Amino acid sequence: MKISGKVWKFGDDVDTDVIIPARYLNTSDPQELARHCMEDADPSFSKKVSAGDIIVAGKNFGCGSSREHAPISIKASGIACVIASSFARIFFRNAFNTGLPIFECKDASLKIMEGDEISIDFESGLIENLTRNEQYKAQPIPKFMQELLSEGGLVNYVKRKMKK
Amino acid sequence: MDMTITEKIMAFHAQKGKVFPGEILNVRVDIALGNDITAPIAIKEFYHMGVDKVFDKMRVVLVPDHFCPNKDIKSAEQVKMLRDFARKFGITHFYEVGEMGVEHSLLPEQGVVTSGDLVIGADSHTCTYGAIGAFSTGVGSTDLAAAMATGEVWLRVPESIKFIYEGELRPWVSGKDLILYTIGNIGVDGALYKAMEFCGPVIDKLPISSRLTMANMAIEAGGKSGIIVPDDITKDYVEKRSERPPKYFVSDPNAQYSEVRKYDVSKIEPQVAFPHLPENTKGISQVGDIKIDQVVLGSCTNGLLDDLRVAAKVISGKKVARNIRMIVIPATPKVYMDAMKEGLLEVFMEAGAAISTPTCGPCLGGHMGILAEGERCVATTNRNFVGRMGHPKSEVYLSNPAVAAASAVTGKISGPDEL
Repeated sequence: MKISGKVWKFGDDVDTDVIIPARYLNTSDPQELARHCMEDADPSFSKKVSAGDIIVAGKNFGCGSSREHAPISIKASGIACVIASSFARIFFRNAFNTGLPIFECKDASLKIMEGDEISIDFESGLIENLTRNEQYKAQPIPKFMQELLSEGGLVNYVKRKMKK
Repeated sequence: MDMTITEKIMAFHAQKGKVFPGEILNVRVDIALGNDITAPIAIKEFYHMGVDKVFDKMRVVLVPDHFCPNKDIKSAEQVKMLRDFARKFGITHFYEVGEMGVEHSLLPEQGVVTSGDLVIGADSHTCTYGAIGAFSTGVGSTDLAAAMATGEVWLRVPESIKFIYEGELRPWVSGKDLILYTIGNIGVDGALYKAMEFCGPVIDKLPISSRLTMANMAIEAGGKSGIIVPDDITKDYVEKRSERPPKYFVSDPNAQYSEVRKYDVSKIEPQVAFPHLPENTKGISQVGDIKIDQVVLGSCTNGLLDDLRVAAKVISGKKVARNIRMIVIPATPKVYMDAMKEGLLEVFMEAGAAISTPTCGPCLGGHMGILAEGERCVATTNRNFVGRMGHPKSEVYLSNPAVAAASAVTGKISGPDEL
């Protein structure tokens, strides 16, 4: 699968309190969470973002709390994919478990700028910057996680396992 | 071949003789934990899995501590989901307000987690239990749902970093200062995906309360877990309270570490982490003149009896400065009761502080002490991200309980020696 979209750029150490502030955690409704996505970094983010857009950020994206509301709110806001130079580990797991595609790529994180049009091939991890005519290669998704994805995610994996 | 304590606990729970960093394992969990923020999503996913029972009703633990006592209708609905789920599946460890405490203080205190356990929790500070020689780590709600159903979780065996603390502790320096200093040294992703093993002569003498504080904040350096090899102090603590027999694992002499760091603690003074990252640390002498509006003493990081004792010692006979709010939150009902019996609550109230029932409350900007625009708080909590305790333009400074108490008296960030 290959997607393309417009980039919203963020810096290093974007924490889960910024992605979805705790004051909105009295719900788990994706649409309601989406309205407050990235609010404390950019109050108008949820209004500006269009379906299919892509977030590109620096290191340690999603650090802080374990709230799954973070990837849920990003996904429900319409963001198709997050590219960062590294991810915090709980966010990394949660993104896979909630079906938010994420890719690690230092090069892309450094060179892509806000507003760039980029495309990414989910299988090969090849990122193309259509605005700047550049290419970057993301880290391939770990094999075990690819298997989990091909099983249809953790929920389906457990479903099948429990039926045995 | 030699293994670290982390590798040994993971190998034991995967029923393997030897495991290697990088390897992915399916491991048995001893305890699966959720709270009122994360468990509602886990419960929804649990039902999506089409499961009709939890793997073990004694080992699924639900603690509604974040927005409890219920701060609004939506929070009450979330807690009701936990309560209904607990009743339906006969969950033994569901904590109603009155017996509820801040989860990571409550579980060790009540002996629900013990040495040698493998614990996962849908809360990032689940890493706290490493303080008693357990492997414990935070996961999300879907992972919790899977663990509640199967009693298992997939985990990558982490590399370990060894942190050795040597020298004599200076006055007022506690586990909080050691971990803040360490995070300041390695950064908020300095231990990303790794196990942080704390050791050395200073750790050997550190009380359980300070050890819990250190393991608790491993996540603030990106760590998967923090851990301390059990010793006599651990055994004395867990054997009085464990619901299940503890198992004591140790690191072998030739175990492999990705990195070894040594700190001379005699050079470490009480630390303050400036907004908006826990790595922005300074020694108290370097802080300068920073006026504050509020002080919070509590949380899963520093809400234990020892923490309250230190703060009470500092503030005893003094007054909270005019126009400053000081909010004291004992982490559990037992801590509250013990503090009352010891007269600590009286000391705080005489000084003009407010005492709250146990809750995570203001630590994550939930309730019980939210900051307005431009306000500053000194907190014994664990995070100082943008908007963490309220308005996106408010500020949180992290410190130990002694600095928090002293700051309440002076109305600016201060060490106890300035009083």
